[in-house]
Amino acid sequence: MNAYDIVKKARDIQRLSTIEIINALCSEFIELHGDRRMEDDQAVVGGVGLIQDKDPITIIGIQKGRNTEENIRRNFGSSGPAGYRKAERLMKQAEKFQRPVLTLINTAGAYAAPESEEYGIGEAIASMLITMSELTVPTLAIILGEGGSGGAIALALSDQVWMLENSIYSILSPEGFASILWKDSRLAQEAADIMKLTATELKELQVIDRVIAEGEKGETFTNEELAERLIPKIIATFEELEKLDPKERVANRYNRFRKF
Amino acid sequence: MALFRKKKKYVEINPNRADELRERRAQIPDGLAERCPKCQAIIFQNSIENDFLCPKCSYHLQFPALKRIKWLVDEGSFEEWDSDLTAKDPLNFPGYQEKLETSQKITQLKEAVITGQAELEGLPFAIGVMDSRFIMASMGTIVGEKLTRLFEQATEKELPVVLYIASGGARMQEGILSLMQMAKISQAVSKHSQAGLFYCTVLTHPTTGGVTASFAMQGDITLAEPEAIVGFAGKRVIEQTIGSELPNDFQTAETVLKNGFIDHIVPRKKQARVLRFLLAAHKPSSESAGV
Repeated sequence: MNAYDIVKKARDIQRLSTIEIINALCSEFIELHGDRRMEDDQAVVGGVGLIQDKDPITIIGIQKGRNTEENIRRNFGSSGPAGYRKAERLMKQAEKFQRPVLTLINTAGAYAAPESEEYGIGEAIASMLITMSELTVPTLAIILGEGGSGGAIALALSDQVWMLENSIYSILSPEGFASILWKDSRLAQEAADIMKLTATELKELQVIDRVIAEGEKGETFTNEELAERLIPKIIATFEELEKLDPKERVANRYNRFRKF
Repeated sequence: MALFRKKKKYVEINPNRADELRERRAQIPDGLAERCPKCQAIIFQNSIENDFLCPKCSYHLQFPALKRIKWLVDEGSFEEWDSDLTAKDPLNFPGYQEKLETSQKITQLKEAVITGQAELEGLPFAIGVMDSRFIMASMGTIVGEKLTRLFEQATEKELPVVLYIASGGARMQEGILSLMQMAKISQAVSKHSQAGLFYCTVLTHPTTGGVTASFAMQGDITLAEPEAIVGFAGKRVIEQTIGSELPNDFQTAETVLKNGFIDHIVPRKKQARVLRFLLAAHKPSSESAGV
């Protein structure tokens, strides 16, 4: 499978989504809306859940729609400033109540539109990065589909970053990359080959810590099967992270990103 | 149709003239004159003052980093940090090494940012200046490393940071590693901030992309030069998304100020005074007691 085949798989709107993971992970969950500044950006889903009826967790994820109607509501998984500000609000809340934060990423990138600029998309992401730098609770980010540019890293300054096997993480879409470097977006395939955007390549570069297999023995897991396998790994990792002293955890995270 | 047929050959008075002209033109050194991007006036290098303003319309022209530092800080006070760090090609990207070498030759810089410490009317501070002549001052691993060290060393030495920012965004040729710089620098900015130290940005033309979405928008006080473009997504990208043209003042510092994301627009003539005032107003308390 070449890199561009993986790009296509990463963009499949039927892939395992934030909401499915929330449902599989939490015995109970309440979605919390709005950024308290201007609106509720539905590209971002966030809230508080309980794992196995006892351990609270904050989950924030980018959600693409499964059909056109839902995609319009979710803005095709491209959040504007309000989505990032909602995420930031929920992270600060998690810090206050000392519960871990799970972020789930599937976005082609932050929403590129005049109103996004007007309401400070750059500042919203910049502020998010500072907030994540200052969290002392355990954090884990999982890239489910597309991990596009600043809109993705805004939610991925975490203790650990994982990727599903057929997800991608990159500075820009291969189309955008080809268009900037070679002035021709049709060269996206070639761009994908050299961009090192697949999970395996990024694991080698130590940009991510873990690749989650999406199948075995040539069989692809269904979303339910994949979620079922993913959940125990998430729980075990948070348990491990909880064991560390917060100072040590923050120092580890500093060094994790300092090395690049 | 004979009327429109091209004549076989024109009479040439001096058949060597074209070659001569070409030769003479080749002898004129590059960079002797440039056109002001705003008023279109031709500006001769020797008519530019040391503040790099257009002599006709005062447009803020591209300011080479070392010259900007010399212009701003107390004479002889600048001490460069990490001057040995040179741009690298971490992903062996085709053609990148050559591009770096060309930029290095033209700018006489090793990377797109210069960092160090200096004084402004005796007030010490750490300073970083990005140079858009170097691959649009895009952010690669070494730009990220120098800026991270700037904040780390400033934290250690308890110095405020003044950062002159210009950037086209991420350095495409360094791919995902360029994206990681956003996280790396943000962490260092946060440490500096948590130590109670002052960070002031001056956004210059252009400040865009991942740089806007990280350290350019993390200052305690955000200044900008007049008419600088400040934004996240490129104007053309947005025009493609919405399928119509955007106004000329879209993403200018003046518009971004109106939208609430810049504290003050400061023309070059006033920058030294404003920065000195801000450095004095944010002096660490332990130090101010001693002065």
